[in-house]
Amino acid sequence: MSWLSNALSSSIGRKIIMSITGLFLCSFLVIHLIGNLQLFKNDGGVAFNIYSHFMGTNPVIRTIEFVLLAGFVFHIYEAIALTGRNKAARGPQGYKVDNIGQNSPWQSRNMGLLGTIILIFLLVHLYNFFYRARFGDLDPDINSNDDLYTLVASSFKQWWYVLLYVLAQVALAYHLIHGFKSAFQTLGLTHRKYTPFITYFGYAFSIIVCAGFAAMPLYFFFLK
Amino acid sequence: MKLDAKIPEGPLAEKWEKHKFNVKLVNPANKRKYDVIVVGTGLAGASAAASLAELGYNVKAFSFHDSPRRAHSIAAQGGINAAKNYQNDGDSVFRLFYDTIKGGDYRAREANVYRLAQVSVNIIDQCVAQGVPFAREYGGLLANRSFGGAQVSRTFYARGQTGQQLLLGAYSALMRQIAYGKVKMYNRTEMLDLVVVDGQARGIITRNLITGEIQQHAAHAVVLATGGYGNVFYLSTNAKYSNATAAWRAHKKGALFANPCFTQIHPTCIPVSGDYQSKLTLMSESLRNDGRVWVPKTVEMAERLRKGEIRVSDIKEEDRDYFLERKYPAFGNLVPRDVASRNAKMMCDEGRGVGASGLAVFLDFSEIIQRIGVEGVSQKYGNLFAMYEKITDENPYEMPMRIYPAVHYTMGGLWVDYNLQTNVPGLYATGECNFSDHGANRLGASALMQGLADGYFVIPYTIGDYLANTPPKPVTTEHPAFQEAEAQVRERLQRFMGINGTRTPDEFHKALGHIMWEYCGMARNAEGLQHAKQAIQQLRKEFWSDLKVTGLNEELNQTLEKAGRVADFLELGELMVDDAYNRNESCGGHFREEYQTPEGEALRDDENYAYVAAWQYQGDNVPEVLHKEELTFENVKLTQRSYK
Amino acid sequence: MAGSNPNAKPMDLTLKVWRQRNRTADGQLVDYQVKNISPDMSFLEMLDVLNEDLLHKGEDPVAFDHDCREGICGSCNLYINGRAHGPEPGTTTCQLHMRKFKDGDTIVVEPWRAAAFPVNRDLSVDRSAFDRIIQAGGYVSVNTGGVPDANEIPVPKSIADRAFDAATCIGCGACVASCKNASAMLFVSAKVSQLALLPQGQVERKTRVENMVAQMDKEGFGACTNIGSCAAECPVGISLENIAILNREFLAAKATSNNLA
Repeated sequence: MSWLSNALSSSIGRKIIMSITGLFLCSFLVIHLIGNLQLFKNDGGVAFNIYSHFMGTNPVIRTIEFVLLAGFVFHIYEAIALTGRNKAARGPQGYKVDNIGQNSPWQSRNMGLLGTIILIFLLVHLYNFFYRARFGDLDPDINSNDDLYTLVASSFKQWWYVLLYVLAQVALAYHLIHGFKSAFQTLGLTHRKYTPFITYFGYAFSIIVCAGFAAMPLYFFFLK
Repeated sequence: MKLDAKIPEGPLAEKWEKHKFNVKLVNPANKRKYDVIVVGTGLAGASAAASLAELGYNVKAFSFHDSPRRAHSIAAQGGINAAKNYQNDGDSVFRLFYDTIKGGDYRAREANVYRLAQVSVNIIDQCVAQGVPFAREYGGLLANRSFGGAQVSRTFYARGQTGQQLLLGAYSALMRQIAYGKVKMYNRTEMLDLVVVDGQARGIITRNLITGEIQQHAAHAVVLATGGYGNVFYLSTNAKYSNATAAWRAHKKGALFANPCFTQIHPTCIPVSGDYQSKLTLMSESLRNDGRVWVPKTVEMAERLRKGEIRVSDIKEEDRDYFLERKYPAFGNLVPRDVASRNAKMMCDEGRGVGASGLAVFLDFSEIIQRIGVEGVSQKYGNLFAMYEKITDENPYEMPMRIYPAVHYTMGGLWVDYNLQTNVPGLYATGECNFSDHGANRLGASALMQGLADGYFVIPYTIGDYLANTPPKPVTTEHPAFQEAEAQVRERLQRFMGINGTRTPDEFHKALGHIMWEYCGMARNAEGLQHAKQAIQQLRKEFWSDLKVTGLNEELNQTLEKAGRVADFLELGELMVDDAYNRNESCGGHFREEYQTPEGEALRDDENYAYVAAWQYQGDNVPEVLHKEELTFENVKLTQRSYK
Repeated sequence: MAGSNPNAKPMDLTLKVWRQRNRTADGQLVDYQVKNISPDMSFLEMLDVLNEDLLHKGEDPVAFDHDCREGICGSCNLYINGRAHGPEPGTTTCQLHMRKFKDGDTIVVEPWRAAAFPVNRDLSVDRSAFDRIIQAGGYVSVNTGGVPDANEIPVPKSIADRAFDAATCIGCGACVASCKNASAMLFVSAKVSQLALLPQGQVERKTRVENMVAQMDKEGFGACTNIGSCAAECPVGISLENIAILNREFLAAKATSNNLA
């Protein structure tokens, strides 16, 4: 199987892993967003807690969780590996004056920075919600499900928490604006007919998904 | 010295086939016992190096560039001729042969030119097989265009970048042989001398341009594919590094230099804009298909235009002199390069030139823009128009282009026989480096054809004939001739470094270029040539006493490189003048003002000058000796060219 | 003796030029003044003026690569004011003219920067890595002679045109120089897609892309992150589409070739 590891550790191979894991994580975002839309339901969190109970206990979902974790791990690992390689490729002496900003979009050049912001957010997010839902001691709601809803609602009443969420979603949007269409480019899935559509779709996807997520803390902070 | 061109017996059309059968073959197992040096990796050199390596010879290839892909063949725009007759318009090997002989004003060897026309068809097959993306028709077959005034469409092209695509094809074949280990490539390495052992070419002395290291290289045969010497003129369409050093060093080691005065001036170049000008840019000849050449009818009007008192648009149609259409109603703007160039010069000499310097004529596209619209013109010539605008900051859709002739190609070069071997056994010359196929004037789209014909299809056969007669024993650099040549090279480099004068190599080069352009350019006369000879000798003296070079030999030193090249140009320039002085006739690119028809056309003297003038070096500052190879024409009738 | 624009005024400029004696020496930006620069000069002609000046003063001229000076040989390679080949799109350094600058400007001139392109001296770099990538497979393996008639290999015009667009790469290395990752993907993809598109390239299609990418990685170029600087700075307009084709070719070759290495 050396051919496989050789292929996957080549510069293009690593990029292919980045793009496949990236698109997989995009699909996770969609599921996550759709599920979390329950937060907007005006039922005191009953539906949301049913949903989160299901997500926390269903064996299929619990299995997929590991796949998801692997997706993150590979995405991050490859990012670090590629960044190291790419930094070394410039050589010992960089440019004294570089106006690269004149020939490329900012987000394309700062995927690592954006990714790091997202990662930090992710850790906070996981600790606050995922960890406490799975391993913490949440009070039961009227259906005896863990009352994650109340935790979410109270968290989103803190301004700094809302701010972190919104900023993270902006970073994610920029990350996706480059990442979405870039994944198709890396997989060679381009065509004169379809690529423009993919590009526009990627834009719309990035903005709608991230706006959806950002709407949740804002909703609780301002309207609840 | 009796010059034997070794032209095979028999009817013209059968010579090459017969010859290929008669040449000796090298046993396949023995081929790897022979080493061949190829100097220069443009079209002629890369194709030769790759083809020889494919046959099994060990090839050492040398280029002063950082990669073989940068050779100046890459800049050829228009196309490559081949007698494929894909267009069913009456082309044939004989017609291509005939056009080339006639276009060269009957100063080329029939047998060589016929062979060139024969193998032209193989070149296209070879290039297509390599993946060269020639222009195609919608049916998927190859497209052709008529080029340079030819009456048939036989030119294959890849937009305006044919040279690039062909060179990249030859380059890829060369790269493949390097990967196989059959070619050892020496980039950034300049040949500074030829080594002759017992009368036979046995190697070269080189300088590594990065480290300054001087190296000796031995081989059973040496092929020079080092291009032309147009940069004698300083300003030309050649690349900045194009030079004559390899060929001139070989000449000084005994190889004859043939027809040095035959230089081609291309009519459609962007004019000089200032003293700082470093090179001239060619605008493809195809522009003359639709552009109309004119100057103002009167000197007075031209003067006012130059001073900016009036604009181009102020000159009424009836005040414009479309001089090519007026003088040559049959061919009009499509007359051959030499005729178009000379007429442009005449107009400027009369004081009717345009542009601030007065050294330009207009090439006007307003008529075709009216006829097919800006869109149509842009599809045809968009990249050329853009290039013109980039350089001049003028929009050729709105005002006529300004063009002026510039040195473009040198038909002269090392004398070679039918086998492309010089008079020094084991030394071959291919492509623009030799003199063989274009006579006194080269037709458009024929340079690429010749370079690839020599490299792919001629030298692989003919060099085998020589090697088969050479014992397959290893050659080394042991012989004292190598040490001697290296010592000479080192001594020369030291001399450049040691003069410590006040003038730079570029300043001498410009001064030489000025003399050559003025007196040995588009029009020459005996008096001017005599003056030029003295002026060059004087300049050469100054060069050796007042040159300034800084730095060391043992490093990348571009000034030192230039000094060596200019030193050789200063000698070659004088030989060109001698040759032009000797040739008391006008033919092709060589126009002697004393020899013209009453209408001002070139007047050949077939009785006295139907020969190749091959010059033999005798020593520094000693006149060279002229050897004549008489040209016999058995298959074409010599006629006066007429484009009326 | 103005060429096109008689009103154009000569300029005085400050240059900051990278000077480095050889591959191992340390380098630095050195300030020079050039005066009376005509707007009609090319950038390299302006450097010629500087070099003649330096030579007269007994100093070493600035080494830089150049040759055809008409934008096709790919020799010239200067990073000017932080941009490969300077500020003008679709232009090689030799075709950049001084009218794009203003009197009094300061211009920073650096060599291409990449681990795979070591500096020879001053502004001259070693781009032989590109040759080695082509040696790994950037060709169709046909010997001279013994090939079919040219018209026996029909190629649809649209395919031929796209192959040509890729084949126009001049190998200057601006893609590597301008890429944040010093990636050579645009260069490699231009050759891979030219030959992948054409029927002549089909026989070696898989081994070609595998070997060329392996060599590209070996040379130490970075990985493409689809930033697009390369295509934006490419003087001959090689499109990013080629990189997608390269990725696709690589993926297909790795998945289906018989190569177990």
